[in-house]
Amino acid sequence: MKNLWTLFWNFFLIGLFTFGGGYAMIPMIEEVAVREGWIASASELYSWVGIAEGTPGPFAVNIATLLGFQNAGFFGALFATLGVILPSWIILVLIASFGKKLLETKYATAALKGLRPVVIGLITVVVIGLIYQNLFQTGLDLWNLSAQGFDYFSLIIGILVFGVSLIKIKQKALSPIFLIILSGVLGIIFYQVVGL
Amino acid sequence: MKKTTELFLSFLKIGAFTIGGGYAMIPLMQQEIVEKKKWLKPEEVIDMVAISESTPGVLAVNFATYVGYKVAGLWGSIVATLSVVLPAFLIILLLSTVLAAYQDSAVVQAVLKGIKAGVVVLLMRAIVKLVKICRLTPFNLVMILATVLVSLLVKGIVFYVLISGALIGIIYGLIWKKEGHKV
Repeated sequence: MKNLWTLFWNFFLIGLFTFGGGYAMIPMIEEVAVREGWIASASELYSWVGIAEGTPGPFAVNIATLLGFQNAGFFGALFATLGVILPSWIILVLIASFGKKLLETKYATAALKGLRPVVIGLITVVVIGLIYQNLFQTGLDLWNLSAQGFDYFSLIIGILVFGVSLIKIKQKALSPIFLIILSGVLGIIFYQVVGL
Repeated sequence: MKKTTELFLSFLKIGAFTIGGGYAMIPLMQQEIVEKKKWLKPEEVIDMVAISESTPGVLAVNFATYVGYKVAGLWGSIVATLSVVLPAFLIILLLSTVLAAYQDSAVVQAVLKGIKAGVVVLLMRAIVKLVKICRLTPFNLVMILATVLVSLLVKGIVFYVLISGALIGIIYGLIWKKEGHKV
């Protein structure tokens, strides 16, 4: 029971602090998921992030369902998902009943101006940490740098997927679903076939 | 058909066919909500997007709540919200069950490792997209660099960093600008 409440409450907070789409919630999810022990390591989370990106539906719902299920089965998935969508619902209902005036205060606009670059900075830190983790097989800690080997395969897969991601078809970028499936296939090719 | 039933079916469809969440949903919503059902006027879509962007939360849910409430009040907003997330919830539930059964297999582990390498590219793409939206003004550049530096040096402070960002935005926007400086 306590487990379900923790899932609900943390995803509620994550939903409440998310501005401008799913990616903005990744830094928060990383922090909470590691702290609450939903995942063994921050590195594990990014396989789930990839899957959440590579399946239909809103990212927030996908990642909440995935992590909730991992941690506490069906009800975990249910509580995490309800938690992440509830702030949106409450706020939009409030605006719908009390009018847009709630929003048009200069405070909301100004706060958003400060939040946008912060979100960009936070995602940049996630990317730096993830690249380090992928390559050196250990978390990035500037105070105590360490490495457990070097994963060439991860580097090669990253470069290949990046190269493919530059391809545009009819001026449209390739879908995240395609890139995630490609990454998974490359994972099998390198870690299972080449690696043996 | 009852309004709530119509909402349920429409948002179920939108939820099921949206790939990539949030913004990818807009064209489908225009087709279903504006052209077919005529629940929103075209210019109201712009309103909906503007409101959803300047409020916290999951974009898809913001959209669904906005339309649902407009069409059928509180119940409408609940039905629209639940039905827009239902397909994703069920798909992931199914996937999770399959993954849980095969998680220890070497092939699944290799797939997960590959995805972890590839997701870096998706995240970098997201950063580029976000930078394009908010542009690299001196203020933004300083904020981005400060965030990166602080977060690399101190762990476990994401929520505080976000709150500070909002406060700095308010102070900068309201006080600084009042004195005649341009943002």
